[in-house]
Amino acid sequence: MSVDVLAAPRSSAWLAGANPLAKLGAGMVITVLLLMSVDWVSASVALALEVLLLPLAGLSAGALLRRGWPILLAAAVGGYGTALLAPKTGELLLALGPVSFTTGSVAAGAAIALRGLAIALPGIIVLASTDPTDLADALAQKLRLPHRFVLGALAAMRLVGLLVAEWQTLGMARRARGVGGEPGLFSGARAGAGQAMALLVQAIRRASRLAVTMEAKGFGAGPRTWARESSYTGRDLGVLAGGLVIAAVSVGAAVVLGSWNPVFG
Amino acid sequence: MAADGRGAQGRGVAPARISAQGWGWQHSGRAAKAVHNLDLEIAPGERVLLLGPSGAGKSTLLHALAGVLGADEDADEFGSLLIDGEPVAGARGRTGLMQQDPDAQVVLSRVGDDVAFGAENLSVPRDEIWRRVPAALDAVGLALPLDHPTSALSGGQKQRLGLAGMLAMRPGLLLLDEPTANLDPAGVVDVRDAVRRSLEETGATLVVVEHRVSVWLDVVDRIVVLAPSGAGGPGGILLDGPPATVLAQGARLLADAGVWVPGHVPAVRQRTSRQSGAGQDDGGSRLLLEAADLGVSRSKSRRRHPVMPVAVVPSVNLYAGQALSVTGPNGAGKSTLALTLAGLLPPASGNLVATDALARGAGHSPLKWRGRELISRIGTVFQEPEHQFVTGSVRQELGFAPRLLGHGGEKVEELLSRLGLEHLADANPFTLSGGEKRRLSVATVLAASPQILILDEPTFGQDANTWAELASLLTELLDAGTAVLSVTHDALFTQLLGGETLDLGGSVAVRDHGGPPQLAATTGVRR
Repeated sequence: MSVDVLAAPRSSAWLAGANPLAKLGAGMVITVLLLMSVDWVSASVALALEVLLLPLAGLSAGALLRRGWPILLAAAVGGYGTALLAPKTGELLLALGPVSFTTGSVAAGAAIALRGLAIALPGIIVLASTDPTDLADALAQKLRLPHRFVLGALAAMRLVGLLVAEWQTLGMARRARGVGGEPGLFSGARAGAGQAMALLVQAIRRASRLAVTMEAKGFGAGPRTWARESSYTGRDLGVLAGGLVIAAVSVGAAVVLGSWNPVFG
Repeated sequence: MAADGRGAQGRGVAPARISAQGWGWQHSGRAAKAVHNLDLEIAPGERVLLLGPSGAGKSTLLHALAGVLGADEDADEFGSLLIDGEPVAGARGRTGLMQQDPDAQVVLSRVGDDVAFGAENLSVPRDEIWRRVPAALDAVGLALPLDHPTSALSGGQKQRLGLAGMLAMRPGLLLLDEPTANLDPAGVVDVRDAVRRSLEETGATLVVVEHRVSVWLDVVDRIVVLAPSGAGGPGGILLDGPPATVLAQGARLLADAGVWVPGHVPAVRQRTSRQSGAGQDDGGSRLLLEAADLGVSRSKSRRRHPVMPVAVVPSVNLYAGQALSVTGPNGAGKSTLALTLAGLLPPASGNLVATDALARGAGHSPLKWRGRELISRIGTVFQEPEHQFVTGSVRQELGFAPRLLGHGGEKVEELLSRLGLEHLADANPFTLSGGEKRRLSVATVLAASPQILILDEPTFGQDANTWAELASLLTELLDAGTAVLSVTHDALFTQLLGGETLDLGGSVAVRDHGGPPQLAATTGVRR
């Protein structure tokens, strides 16, 4: 009765077939370039291009909203806050007592919100199209990160899925003992803290049993082979090139339109 | 050629020899040794069932042989324990260990990758790994695609997956630590048969620890009974020999130690009152809980997406003093039904009503009762006792419900002695043995004197002594008028409680009705 949040069937999307490191690299290029300027042109061009790539990651608009709504919310809040606090230049749009918005402050807010989305979207695309096992293989075989650490983290991530089901069971098991279900914020918080503690205990016990299993299977001592080879293909070149194109086009558009506004210097 | 895979399975496996001389082990921070003064020789290819009372150090020995005790640096080791004449630490890859918890058996999220994991760690070349993986899955009878998600497997399948992973390592020694304790009867047979097939193919040595002797009787050719070593026990070996001889010589002793000796039924207090139930003589048997067309599901229903119930039960009526056993195959929704009746999950559809005799003014929906209202009406014992421990000592655990209900502590002492837990009153519940945890989890629920007791697989993995105590306790409660609903596969247990059986789903179960599989039989299938 486990909910394995990480073991969704391997996606058949085009991007899922690329090496995770190529995807991470492409995402990094876009992110770093977008961090260098605060203007709405580069952000919206990058965002538009990224949205065009969604089908390659096998993501529909609906799936994106379900996964990414917290980021959308954060971007909206960030944009609103910026519009509220940015220097009040340009025409006055709205004034409610001490709160006022001008064209200048709203433009700054929109730029921040768009930028947040444009930076977050590559991350969502990479996550949605990357299998954790493939990522671990790439990190250990291509980046030569210590395999003990990488595979340990991978096995631990699988347990996170089990914890979701465990939390639900613990809630019921504790209610059956009479814990919780009392009115009042304080007793509710206390019951929740007790349940979190119980979950921690169960997580540690299960993790130590899993560690025994891994050790019994010869994990952790000496060199090992890899059943799955992490390799680069032509597709990875395409992914990297795509990242560079998105970054170049968005910066180019901002420079041509005169809105490029580097943060440094 | 089909025979090639099988042949490859056997190639390169040399069965291991075990040799213990005066071996002992003391975990750090423990006063007594877990294993003491053990002299044991196991020849290559022997298949040994390891028995002994709780605390005889069976698991410690298995873990030592698997080479996974070494992490405990402050522990003390005595004597020698050798595999093929080498210390166990040097025998990496020679052994495979299966533990009790199926979820701790699986390392990676896809079937093929998980089987390959052990072989990778032994530096087996990639081509060879992918030759071994399908052969190993075939040997354990798991006909699944290599990219099948491991989270979608049942408990028995997870255990067989773990076995396949071991086979891919070509170990000379298989170590099984209560491999079937958490499985339903079909899972038990599947795992046992997979082990037997693997042994026939590889000829590997086997050491298995299990309470239920009959499961392994056809597989093993030797039984070794360890003597208790803690608390002044002599340690070493009590009995050793072919299964028939050991069982004949030691039947009494083994039964006393809680081993399920074939043909021996533990003594249980029989029911005295006439079994009351639906429609029988109306001698004061009161209806407590009534369910009609009850659909059950673990997922929450949302307005736009109503959930598909995993099971729909036309009718369940629970009367005071009635025993009801819920049976059915894996995934039929037995536990979900029990949790719904217990007021812990909302019904997905249909009606669940507590009668006035049960509600006593608290409302007719058990789901809406507060914690303290619930525990004095319906008590639920979960499959895993640890999920229900909420305090730091056995005594506090038993006092928890009475304190919530504003009662005195007299019931605590009574329950402590009743369940033989007096000497553990100040121990942390998590440090108890499996049987003690089970008894404590039942006792903590009984401390609130509920009118209905609901138990989820109460006899899974229990030794015969705990089993008998539990059954005796329940017959007593039934005679005193408590309703007892158990989710169980245990036919003997069901028969002793004397009640009715509710079969959920499955083509086998619904024999009287022949309806669609999701339609469950009503109560009273067996009278």
